[in-house]
Amino acid sequence: MFAALFGSVEQGIIYAIMALGVYLTFRVLDFPDLTVDGSFVTGAATAATMIAMGYHPILATMMAIVAGFIAGCMTGLLHTKGKINPLLSGILMMIALYSINLRIMGLSAENAIVKPNIPLMNTETIFSQFQSFWSNLGVDDALTNFIKNTLGFQTAPQTWGTILVVLIITLIIKIIADWFLKTEVGLAIRATGDNKRMIRSFSANTDGLIVLGLGLSNALVAFSGALIAQYSKFADANMGIGMIVIGLASVIIGEAIFGTKTIFRTTLAVIAGAIIYRIIYAIALRIDWLDTSDMKLITAVIVILALVIPQMVDKRREKKRKEKRRLERLDQHRELTQGGNHLA
Amino acid sequence: MLKLEGINKIFNEGTPDEKIALDNINLHLAPGDFVTVIGSNGAGKSTMMNMISGALTPDFGAVTIEGKEVTKLAEYKRSHFIGRVFQDPMAGTAPSMTIEENLAIAYSRNAKRGLRKGVSRGRRDFFRSSLEKLGLGLENRFNAKVGMLSGGERQALSLLMATFTKPAILLLDEHTAALDPSRAELITRLTKQLVEEGNLTTLMVTHNMQQAIDLGNRLIMMDKGQIILSIDETKKPTLTIPDLMSEFEKIRGEKMNSDRALLG
Repeated sequence: MFAALFGSVEQGIIYAIMALGVYLTFRVLDFPDLTVDGSFVTGAATAATMIAMGYHPILATMMAIVAGFIAGCMTGLLHTKGKINPLLSGILMMIALYSINLRIMGLSAENAIVKPNIPLMNTETIFSQFQSFWSNLGVDDALTNFIKNTLGFQTAPQTWGTILVVLIITLIIKIIADWFLKTEVGLAIRATGDNKRMIRSFSANTDGLIVLGLGLSNALVAFSGALIAQYSKFADANMGIGMIVIGLASVIIGEAIFGTKTIFRTTLAVIAGAIIYRIIYAIALRIDWLDTSDMKLITAVIVILALVIPQMVDKRREKKRKEKRRLERLDQHRELTQGGNHLA
Repeated sequence: MLKLEGINKIFNEGTPDEKIALDNINLHLAPGDFVTVIGSNGAGKSTMMNMISGALTPDFGAVTIEGKEVTKLAEYKRSHFIGRVFQDPMAGTAPSMTIEENLAIAYSRNAKRGLRKGVSRGRRDFFRSSLEKLGLGLENRFNAKVGMLSGGERQALSLLMATFTKPAILLLDEHTAALDPSRAELITRLTKQLVEEGNLTTLMVTHNMQQAIDLGNRLIMMDKGQIILSIDETKKPTLTIPDLMSEFEKIRGEKMNSDRALLG
């Protein structure tokens, strides 16, 4: 159980980068961007293809980020220049990316134009490269001893190197995001999501800012996809299905638990939300009557509940307040009429 | 400073709803002019403002700001020179951002936005001293979200944000109309103060005739897309509401439609 949860946390930290991307569009730009389902795979496909072709994993990951950025910009252009509704722009791009992703993966094979998946079993990845450096340090052995002997757990994680790497990467992304959202451009992007008319009257090109915001968001999503492909040692054309809902669930869970008072806090909440989502996922998989494939339904239900419950709570509160006021008025009225009786 | 020459605009051309919004508008503002604009509903006041700001482009005619023709320049590019306050107090600020972040956005109006910090220490001092001028105590609520402010406070902040970078032109579009009388008075007072301090070239639309008479050095009256009356600096100081009413009747040969043109 400990090892399984440990793996979930590792994955959660990687998916948190994707969730930060979703936060950037859904919350900051107020743009429901469905490109994510496609651009996540684009990141994974680009990285896996390049690694399979023998490029350095870091270069491959960087190209994945660039590919995601371009995909996001395309969605932005569809919306701002093509005047297509935000949801439809994202859906169109998502569908287009499905074919593009197959083509990208096809580049790794000499005898095929398209390819539905790429295994990375025997190739170097960012993680394997770090591992070869990390295992020489002897930290893993020490920690394993500590967990097994001192804490008394049966199993210990194979390595702490992976979690360390992903944690560092995600925290760096978080710090950059916090900083960026406070720069002049960042403030303008936030204002674009908040009040377009206002920011236009302060000489900001909202179209350009939307394109930039979507590009950055999908760059993060693709980065996350590239890391997941290297973590799980394969890329698959279908690995992005439902990704947007998972991202949204992470954002909502995080915000509900940790609040949104400042940017610093919100980005931290989003990361925590992504990790918590993975833990819920892992626990759900251990329930006998649930199947892996049920997880999409569960995710959808989590998001629906998170969207509906606050409304219901508000409505109930409103109703209670009105009822209270009605009773107060009734009391006042009664007092007045009683006064009349007394006089008579 | 600002020149409108032969501006024409027709809405819904070729449909039964066709409406001549602006009919050959010519207007010239010298530097430091403060022109108030009155007129009944549908007179074309707001359309004229939108022509200047770039939210709408004229069918033909030219808009010139500081000697530069801007007729076809996009709204966001034009707003380098134009400060604007809207009627809706919610329209001029970003509600989910803090007061200082809103000010930082306004402050970046003149320069190209880059990866500099929006709120730096130097700027914060400037923001503080600017906010103090409003006399609302907002300088002590730097990190409050603007959505938490009252309509009057938000409008005061919008006014400050529109003016403190000293734009070439200030457009005020019925910016006190949505406020209660005491708040409207506060905003009117602040408008006077900020425009005078910055010696800003200003165009203010209002429904309130008294406000139109009290503020500014010139006044124009619009009706059916035309400027039908223009009062210059020499006559403005002695102008009264009855003067305006009788002028209107003389020009149009009918009683002024005073449904929304407030007298008070």
